[in-house]
Amino acid sequence: MTIFGHSLHELLPQLLLGLINGSFYAVLSLGLALIFGMLNVINFAHGAQFMIGAFVAWIGLTEFGVNYWAALVLAPLVVGLLGVLIERLMLRRLYQLDHLYGLLLTFGLALIAEGVFRNFYGVSGESYDVPDQLRGGVNLGFMFLPLYRGWVVVAALGVCLAVWFAIERTGLGATLRAATQRPDLVQALGINVPLLMTLTYAAGAALAAFAGVLAAPMVQVNPLMGSNLIIVVFAVVVIGGMGSILGSIVTGLGLGLVEALTKVYYPEASAVVIFLVMVIVLLVRPAGLFGRSA
Amino acid sequence: MFALLAAAGVIAPFLMYPTFLMKVLCFALFASAFNLLLGFAGLLSFGHAAFFCASAYVCGYLCKSLGASPELGILAGTAFAALLGTLFGLLAIRRSGIYFAMITLALSQLVYFVELESPFTGGEDGLQGIPRGRLLGLIDLSGNLPMYFFVLAIFLAGFWLIHRTIHSPFGQVLKAIRENEPRAISLGYAVERYKLLAFVISATLSGLAGATKSIVFQLASLTDAHWHMSGEVVLMTLVGGLGTVLGPSVGALVIVGLENLLADKVGSWVTVIMGGIFVVCVLLFRRGIVGELRALRFARRTGA
Repeated sequence: MTIFGHSLHELLPQLLLGLINGSFYAVLSLGLALIFGMLNVINFAHGAQFMIGAFVAWIGLTEFGVNYWAALVLAPLVVGLLGVLIERLMLRRLYQLDHLYGLLLTFGLALIAEGVFRNFYGVSGESYDVPDQLRGGVNLGFMFLPLYRGWVVVAALGVCLAVWFAIERTGLGATLRAATQRPDLVQALGINVPLLMTLTYAAGAALAAFAGVLAAPMVQVNPLMGSNLIIVVFAVVVIGGMGSILGSIVTGLGLGLVEALTKVYYPEASAVVIFLVMVIVLLVRPAGLFGRSA
Repeated sequence: MFALLAAAGVIAPFLMYPTFLMKVLCFALFASAFNLLLGFAGLLSFGHAAFFCASAYVCGYLCKSLGASPELGILAGTAFAALLGTLFGLLAIRRSGIYFAMITLALSQLVYFVELESPFTGGEDGLQGIPRGRLLGLIDLSGNLPMYFFVLAIFLAGFWLIHRTIHSPFGQVLKAIRENEPRAISLGYAVERYKLLAFVISATLSGLAGATKSIVFQLASLTDAHWHMSGEVVLMTLVGGLGTVLGPSVGALVIVGLENLLADKVGSWVTVIMGGIFVVCVLLFRRGIVGELRALRFARRTGA
């Protein structure tokens, strides 16, 4: 069977890759949206936190023998803790100012993180082995599915859904949503809003680190891996708008697939297709697909 | 102040390396153009590297491959930056605040990829050996002093234009938009058109700076298109003083000077240091050098 001159055998692996990239876009844009909703800060350091997550996993394995599964828990904890420090010591001082200062601060932090890792590990990248349990793959009849790739999609989407559930369906989530709307009122009701903000930033950073560990066995662990990704994720966020959680997930996955299809049909444009989609969305629906008009 | 600046510019090459000064002047113009947008219209563009670099490529290509004269190359590069600025502006002003920053960043990344792939730009190597040529067919620019004075003239012209823009009625409206956009709208100003014009002026002058730099260093490369460059111009503006006329030039001097000073001492730690300066500036030093000095003078005057 062929679709526009490409056989299904060519198409399906690309679509799987698109689904994987899409899940990364989804997790990262979700973290950004979470932080933005609560703190009104665009976290430029999100890419750096993703990269640090991957490096924690790699350093853990090579230096201390921490295996993949432990790293999946450990890296988000480490980066989350780092997030607590950043929010408590720095971001907190900027809330009364223009939102742009939060962006500039996290930009500076991203530069620092990138520079530090570049000094110690260079830019060539380190490889991280796929854990034993997820080696090999299964033949699905119509295509060969490497186990690890399947796991990444499941894990990333699982985390996205868990976040959605936590925010939309639990008591803590309700408090969080209320604090996003009217922090002053929620504070007056005796809820510790500053603590909530710290935890939100830490959770967003931890999400990025989790994605970083997931990515580690598929790509070279490299100090620049985050910054290139985060700019695409910014475009994803502009396209989807940061209004809804499910919106972020759908937009992320959708754009991953669009990118994959471009790679098959017009490879020259695959690096820029998401930016082009952003241009079109801005022309047609400036508020973003799922955004409320700002 | 303008005469003072011009006088300092004329004396400077006899005290310091002209090449270093030319680099400072190019970045000073770039940062001043950027500041027109952020400091006076309150719009943070994270994509100004696109104009800086695209114009350098256009200028370099014309001068190198088609044998155009330097002034023609610079004019064409600047015109191209104006065109690109119009396109960016039309898209980016559809959203404000943080989205504006993200959109400009994404658009400049788009330009980066196009420049990486396009056959005119020499890919990763960039355009090397761009001839400096003869200005108006008369003055040989290959010597550093004539080149320096040409760059100084361009900088002063650009700086004067920015100064005039800020102090014109147009500049006052920009400030009004920055302070309170809904009020400016209710006063009947076509806010979008003002923002767009500010964006285009800023992009055009950034292009002028980029094209000039490509003639000076005979090089147009992808480094200038990278988002690090967009960040660097933000940093220069921030260090010197956001929303001050002289601040971005002071910031350019400090940052370019620091980079030159550190380049052979700390190697790639430079990125870390720049990031550190960013953090310190945002947390403790938001007024920048010129802003702090002005506040100090103001405090003394009112205190006495």
